[in-house]
Amino acid sequence: MPSITRAEVAHLARLARIALTDAELDHLAPQLDVILSAVARVGEVAAADIPPTSHALPLTNVLRDDVVRPSLAVADALAGAPAAEGGRFRVPRILDPEILDGAPADG
Amino acid sequence: MTSTVESYNEVLIHFQPVIGLETHVELGTASKLFCGCPTQFGAESNTQVCPTCLGLPGSLPVLNRAAIEYSMRIGLALHCDIATWCRFARKNYFYPDMPKNYQISQYDEPLCTDGYLDVEVGSGDEARTVRVGVERVHLEEDTGKSLHVGGATGRIGGATHSLVDYNRAGIPLVEIVTKPVEGAGAEVAKAYVTELRDLLRGLGVSDVRMEQGSLRCDVNVSLRRPGEPYGTRTETKNLNSLRSVERSVRFEVERQGAMLTAGNRIVQETRHFDESTGSTTPGRSKEEAQDYRYFPEPDLVPLAPPREQVEAIRAALPEPPSVLRRRLAETHGFSSLEMSQLAGAGVVDLVAATVAAGAPAGEARGWWLSYLAQQANARGVDAADLPVTPEQVARVIAMVADGSLTNSLARQVIDGVLDGEGGPDQVVAARGLAVVSDDAALGAAVRDAIAAQPDAAEKVRGGKMAAVGALVGAVMKTTRGQADAAKVRELLLAELRPHEAGPTDPV
Amino acid sequence: MAEPGLAADVITGTAAELAGVIASGEVSAVEVTQSHLDRIAAVDGDVHAFLHVAGEAALAAARRVDERRAAGEALGPLAGVPIAVKDVIATAGLPTTCGSRILQGWVPPYDATLVRRLTAAGLIVLGKTNMDEFAMGSSTEHSAYGPTHNPWDLDRIPGGSGGGSAAAIASYQAPLAIGTDTGGSIRQPAAVTGTVGAKPTYGGVSRYGLVALASSLDQAGPCARTVEDAALLHEVLGGHDPLDSTSIDAPVPPVLDAARRGAAGDLTGLRVGVVRELSGEGYQPGVQQRFGEAVELLTELGAKVTEVSCPHFSYGLAAYYLILPSECSSNLARFDAMRFGLRVGDDDLNGAEEVMARTREAGFGDEVKRRIILGTYALSAGYYDAYYGQAQKVRTLIARDFTVAYGQVDVLVSPTTPTTAFRLGERLEDPMAMYLTDLCTIPANLDGGPALSVPVGLAPEDGLPVGLQVMAPSMADDRCYLVGAALEAALDDRRGHPLLAEAPKR
Repeated sequence: MPSITRAEVAHLARLARIALTDAELDHLAPQLDVILSAVARVGEVAAADIPPTSHALPLTNVLRDDVVRPSLAVADALAGAPAAEGGRFRVPRILDPEILDGAPADG
Repeated sequence: MTSTVESYNEVLIHFQPVIGLETHVELGTASKLFCGCPTQFGAESNTQVCPTCLGLPGSLPVLNRAAIEYSMRIGLALHCDIATWCRFARKNYFYPDMPKNYQISQYDEPLCTDGYLDVEVGSGDEARTVRVGVERVHLEEDTGKSLHVGGATGRIGGATHSLVDYNRAGIPLVEIVTKPVEGAGAEVAKAYVTELRDLLRGLGVSDVRMEQGSLRCDVNVSLRRPGEPYGTRTETKNLNSLRSVERSVRFEVERQGAMLTAGNRIVQETRHFDESTGSTTPGRSKEEAQDYRYFPEPDLVPLAPPREQVEAIRAALPEPPSVLRRRLAETHGFSSLEMSQLAGAGVVDLVAATVAAGAPAGEARGWWLSYLAQQANARGVDAADLPVTPEQVARVIAMVADGSLTNSLARQVIDGVLDGEGGPDQVVAARGLAVVSDDAALGAAVRDAIAAQPDAAEKVRGGKMAAVGALVGAVMKTTRGQADAAKVRELLLAELRPHEAGPTDPV
Repeated sequence: MAEPGLAADVITGTAAELAGVIASGEVSAVEVTQSHLDRIAAVDGDVHAFLHVAGEAALAAARRVDERRAAGEALGPLAGVPIAVKDVIATAGLPTTCGSRILQGWVPPYDATLVRRLTAAGLIVLGKTNMDEFAMGSSTEHSAYGPTHNPWDLDRIPGGSGGGSAAAIASYQAPLAIGTDTGGSIRQPAAVTGTVGAKPTYGGVSRYGLVALASSLDQAGPCARTVEDAALLHEVLGGHDPLDSTSIDAPVPPVLDAARRGAAGDLTGLRVGVVRELSGEGYQPGVQQRFGEAVELLTELGAKVTEVSCPHFSYGLAAYYLILPSECSSNLARFDAMRFGLRVGDDDLNGAEEVMARTREAGFGDEVKRRIILGTYALSAGYYDAYYGQAQKVRTLIARDFTVAYGQVDVLVSPTTPTTAFRLGERLEDPMAMYLTDLCTIPANLDGGPALSVPVGLAPEDGLPVGLQVMAPSMADDRCYLVGAALEAALDDRRGHPLLAEAPKR
């Protein structure tokens, strides 16, 4: 079934926000092809009526009470930030408001 | 493109609009959906964050019990089925507002499905009920907020960088998605959101303040010619007032009607509504279709609400707004027009609560539709968000009825309550606002006024009744507004034209 | 190297012995800690087990333990014993890099739950150990900070991803360490370094503060030189944590008691299943040989050994390399240069999207990129059902294989790894060959059950350690310790010394 093209890898890298170099794309496409051929074996198992397992444990309804706990101090929250300004995280300009599609909302 | 009532109605002659609404409601829980950070609106930036809602490496979510209960309350009030077993899912996309670059949401296993909300549109003979089908109600987390810096007025375009506050990130958000509503336009859209807001407020699950973003709407609009399949739809996002919901649908119907009439195609896209122009504009078109790569959230275990809990929540649901309105109309004799005025102002439940607290229906209606509505308007909030309770309003009405306040004093008492000076009785005491009903004191004030303005007094004696106003004003001034103006007038006339004055009520 | 005599015992003794001499007052926690810091200074230049040594903080913590003891406080059984922590665990005030450049210099503002437990129990955190970047790998060669070397042969891999923790123990730089195991990252390094490593039942040890690789598979656990030491540490780490929704709300299985019972050497009545599918082609002869001898030994100790078939295990590797990349592509999305970590290309011209992509390009290594791309693919619309969805169904079938097997036997055994430690660089350019290293360890992660690796000798052909894996049903971790301790005691008895005593002296 597999056979992943260089163009597909480039598309996936954009989705995953990794600016792969041309050399990496050249290298990665055939490697992924090998891996995909191997993992495609899962398709050989007849499992049409088998339920998928998403969790290793049969737990349900793990809930916490609606109780406020202390938050981090602002200084600690921002300590690891590459850039901060006025108590906020400073990030590069957001070019594409369209990514908001599906987002709850912009502020 | 002109936006007129004529062109809107014109489009409706040839096309049937189909709308769909997605409403996001921030729940009023004390803590966030997956961590113990508080949810207060307006706190200093990044003071309500922790490793979990900041998405720091290694942190994990744990679900808030109250958020699940609130969601079920909403689902049941919308006549939905509650899932016997469901999972959360990760919705993967990158955005700086979203700490983990995935949103924990629900995908193909929503908590609540297949319900409806009946909304009333039109009034008088035109009144009708439209049933809006509810596809699903699910729970997800909100994002942070960005402030765009360097461009004009905080907008994205032209900004050099953005500043992000994650206080909002992780606040529980319920998404309510309707089925397509055929033949529904701007009026139904607005009525639906209004009805939903009243319902949610009655359920006590959210403060539903659109201007603060705790209730926000996306509206899908498409047009079709009668008998044809659904047309291509557009989605207008992030509408944050009832008025915007109505205007944006109206605009989209007109715009799409004009496009289709001219033989053009509608492009499926996301659009943004501009409050200042009343028009929608397309978002930047996407290079590639979004692929959210949903999969079950492995950090949370499945949810299986016990049936006893579901039934207990159902049994405890408050009366829905429509029933409340009907009861109010029947019990208090409100006309259909009066009811729609109350509904339009969003004060039905407030009037009901004021009546329940002992006020006569007409008085309660009057206060909420006039003075309190004005105060809300002046403060830029919904009447429901005024810092005065229906019980306090009822108390003020009672004080007017027993004569201890005049209407003018009552408004001052309400002002005091709104300014945070305490309850009505405290304000009366603190401001010294009791009616001056001591005849002796009033009599002295009346005589002083006559002595001070002999000309006016002479005019009244001569039959020029208009002049009495100046004297009443003077008395009111000396009593600091605490006298009953009608009573003052009576006393003045008794003094100046004794042959005409009727018997004075012993106060 | 520390002074001979007492100091040497402090370095080479077990954690249990060390705890004993600290408790009796023979040595102080500060002396023990200083000895280990000296040892690290002496040998870690060759081994490179540590990414960060927290000398001052460790000594301060040791002083607090000594003070508490002097004040007459009752302390836990491992109080004062030093420990190394894998760098994938969040430690407040100590750098936590996950072996990645993207987290270089990041200091978490919080402690993982298991670190809080260590501290509360009086263990002394010596530092953070090397690992394959974000725990992706079987050799530590994918660490952005250079590989760790196997103390048995510095040209060979120490296993991975937790090669740093295993090598630290094997080279006596710490008596105990924390590892994390997503597909074998505790057990495989234990096997190739001649040490003990246990993956607890999924949900047995809190994941709060463990930087996630694959959330549904990850599990932290103990690394030690003896089964008893691993059990002592397991009991400190285990137990319910309200901050982890997948944490089991039940008492920790009685692993220490099991380890002590096992050491007595009687396995009468225990039913042991040898997994037929985890042997044969691709397994190194010396590994097969030592494994076979150990199984015979189990029979001699009274166990009833049978062969058991788990037919879907042969699909385990394929299912794993779909589930893991899928989950990790999402888990690693948060490394985006916005809130913490590396940022590349921020010049007020590039947008956030560009800065994210450039940072992730520069900050992630090849293996991480490979798996993120693979997972992004497996979760994509149009491929989800054939890949991720189908892999989850195979996961169900593998769990059913375990259920059927545990109807017949109490524990399952297999070699921990198909081969002994390979040479550094040998499989670096062949990802599939690297992935095969995890063949035997992956099924337990897919199932969630506990598994422990114990050394069973050296392969005759290369003189390198071989590990045997014991697997058990969820929450029956004690059975793994029982069998592991029995084998360890019997083998040490025959040999006359622990296997590690045969490692080259450094």
